[in-house]
Amino acid sequence: MSKENQLIKFTKKGIYCPQGDFHLDPWQPVDYAIISHGHADHARWGMKRYLCTNDSLPILKHRLGQDIKIQGIGYGEALVINGVRVSFHPAGHVIGSAQIRLEYKGYIVVFTGDYKTQPDFITTPFESIKCHTFITESTFGLPIYNWKSEKVLQNELHSWVDTNKSNHRSSVFLGYSLGKAQRLLSLLEGVDDDIYVHRSIHNLNQAILDSGFKLPKTKLWSADLDKKVLQDKVIIAPPALLDSRMLKRLPNPATAICSGWMQIRGNRRWQSVDAGFAVSDHADWNGLIEAVKSSGAEQVYVTHGYQAVFSKYLNEIGIKADELVTEYGDGVLTTAEVETDKANVK
Amino acid sequence: MKLFSNLISALEITNKTNAKIEALVNYFSIAPDKDKLWLIALFTGKRPSRPIKTTLMKVWCMELTELPEWLFLESYSTVGDLGETMALLLPAPTHKLDLSLHEWMTELKALKPKSDEAKKAFVLGAWSGLDQQERLIFNKLIGGSFRIGVSKKTLVNALAKFSGIDTNQLMHSIIGNWSVEDMSFEALINGKHINYDNSKPYPFCLAYALEKDLHDLGEPQDWIVEQKWDGIRGQIVKRNNEIYIWSRGEELVTQQFPELVEAISNLKDDFVIDGEILAMKDNDVLLFNDLQKRLNRKNVTKKLLEEVPIGFYAYDILEFNGEDIRKTPFIERRQALETIFNSMFLPDYIKLSFVVAFQRWDDLNAIRNNSRAINSEGLMLKQKNSPYHTGRKKGDWWKWKVDPLTIDAVMIYAQKGSGRRSSKYTDYTFAVKKDDALVTVAKAYSGLTDKEITEITQWVNKNAIEKFGPVRTVKPELVFEIAFEGIALSNRHKSGVALRFPRIARWRKDKPVDDIDTIETVKQLITAP
Repeated sequence: MSKENQLIKFTKKGIYCPQGDFHLDPWQPVDYAIISHGHADHARWGMKRYLCTNDSLPILKHRLGQDIKIQGIGYGEALVINGVRVSFHPAGHVIGSAQIRLEYKGYIVVFTGDYKTQPDFITTPFESIKCHTFITESTFGLPIYNWKSEKVLQNELHSWVDTNKSNHRSSVFLGYSLGKAQRLLSLLEGVDDDIYVHRSIHNLNQAILDSGFKLPKTKLWSADLDKKVLQDKVIIAPPALLDSRMLKRLPNPATAICSGWMQIRGNRRWQSVDAGFAVSDHADWNGLIEAVKSSGAEQVYVTHGYQAVFSKYLNEIGIKADELVTEYGDGVLTTAEVETDKANVK
Repeated sequence: MKLFSNLISALEITNKTNAKIEALVNYFSIAPDKDKLWLIALFTGKRPSRPIKTTLMKVWCMELTELPEWLFLESYSTVGDLGETMALLLPAPTHKLDLSLHEWMTELKALKPKSDEAKKAFVLGAWSGLDQQERLIFNKLIGGSFRIGVSKKTLVNALAKFSGIDTNQLMHSIIGNWSVEDMSFEALINGKHINYDNSKPYPFCLAYALEKDLHDLGEPQDWIVEQKWDGIRGQIVKRNNEIYIWSRGEELVTQQFPELVEAISNLKDDFVIDGEILAMKDNDVLLFNDLQKRLNRKNVTKKLLEEVPIGFYAYDILEFNGEDIRKTPFIERRQALETIFNSMFLPDYIKLSFVVAFQRWDDLNAIRNNSRAINSEGLMLKQKNSPYHTGRKKGDWWKWKVDPLTIDAVMIYAQKGSGRRSSKYTDYTFAVKKDDALVTVAKAYSGLTDKEITEITQWVNKNAIEKFGPVRTVKPELVFEIAFEGIALSNRHKSGVALRFPRIARWRKDKPVDDIDTIETVKQLITAP
């Protein structure tokens, strides 16, 4: 058996480590799951044991149940499981997100989960890890996806809020509860005295705050709040709320969707909103290429997203890459997170 | 170009007509005059001819980005718009160019005769000095549609709101012949030019589909009923010995129909007549499918004239010897039309649309049901006292089409749409059974809700056979009811039939693929005229 095959095997339950006898972000119930981050397509219900970062732990408990059997370790700390050295390294995707590094007899595999190479104001920045085999996502694996810097985004969001205020409109930002909501909070901090969040975000924030993590101050946007209070205010809500009665009840709201897909005009216009901002928690085209190159990997596996395109391109520039079919992401616009949000909204 | 760029951003994000009008009015109140004229020109199909070939721009963009062509095309098929794809792929600008819309358009026009090297230098210079949104607009100014849902009607409504001038007059003013160079914004909207122009058509009066019971229309004797002919609506304008034929899309199609021009030029009066251009042989109206062979041809050859002869059914008269008679009741206009047709010598193929005789509303059912046999689409009901309205108005005119034909077919290809639809698979190809195989019968783009389109897009992503390119072959699994207005034999189509106006009537989630139609059952729908 090759060294790689001792470390990873692709099964119908997910990515499996034969030597360590555990799975990475499995999509079917297994005995031992090592989880990259708290999004629903990566951290699923029904595993006998979970291992994740300390920062992800409260999120997983909040989403999967307080009674799950779970252990957390810090970024850079290692745990040896059946001789396999397992460690987490910042992925820059959402709070607590990590790349999972496996090492056995000098052979190293890195599984990125989801990641973003550009730094933002809130998540621990992505760290590049040298390895032999690199398993990368490819959500935005086309050269049309290149993100603006955090500073530029911040200016755009602030000036949109200011314009809305001068037109006596409240500003509603739609982004999923885990990740986008906290990122938006960090981008919007200081734009107004009060920022309101929907209950699903509020509850998740509470879990994050309880673990000692700091977040900008927010107020709860509850259905019984007086409409006048929300006049000209900033509100963050999950995408599932689009077209909901709760949103329609707001006085003259301007609504913006915040997602990497908003890079394309057709996507911005597909839903009837007032603005679309390309704020993404995933690596853009250059970020993906940079991450692959700096890993120094001799073998790359490309998971969810544009895996056919991205792996073809990597092979053309001399990096051996293969597609890997997983059940992460959804391939189109809204991912599993939205479904989770829908459940949370009710 | 900041003003124009902001306007486009505001227009593209909203699908509410009032918000679009608001944005346009705002633009009219702050933009320089020449820019406003260009805006009107661009949104009424009066852009100058393309100064630079798209293929060249594509090559320059690939050179600059060092991307392989397949990856460029893959990006294009995701974005669904070439100008936007290039705007997204190009590296960040190095400096800031600030020219007005008029200045850009003037430069672009001047570029047309220049060498490819000069064009390249100009385009690369512009790309490096414009941000993403401005670059997209720059690419669109060179060629291509903005696809932001601003119709002439929306534009006219905004101009009316801005200026207080009547919408009919504005519509009349902005269509037809004028150029940015020889016109001021004031003169254009005040219509100073329209008296001098022999070619001006009137806005067409359009009907809504009948949405109530015939008996609720009142007394049958207050109505005139005609066949709804299935050709292209046309307005023949004859003034001062000049003849113009306008299509409903407000395009001049005079040159495409020399036999009409010839017949009309023998008449001495001046008039504007509304009617239907049809393919016609030996007094019989042919199918739209036949007429299509005559449309949008650069050269109308003698052979084509013989193969597909054209005819004209006159519906209405809008102007007679210089007098606008659109406000006189339809019954009187109809009489005027009859007088002209009876007193002049006209060839067989120019006819007066005949009036359907009926006593009681119920008499019409049988006549309507027989429409397809004479290649008519159904009936038109017109109130005898109705004026010739501008555009679509409810109440006076109704179209009452025959029920569409339908078949059940399976989706075999899916393709992404354009503009707002570029992220979704919205254009589908459908097939029916032919022995043990499938044969393509129709393409359809419309008829589904956004929600259904999203659902199908997710399904296509999971079930597509190809990984690259814009078209996806899918497992033949999803069954749809396809409605269409007519069917004809055709040797241009592999299936041997051509459908008229196919669209998706509904998604038959309840139907398995085994139950779809066969090509034989489809062909049985053809009725000989």
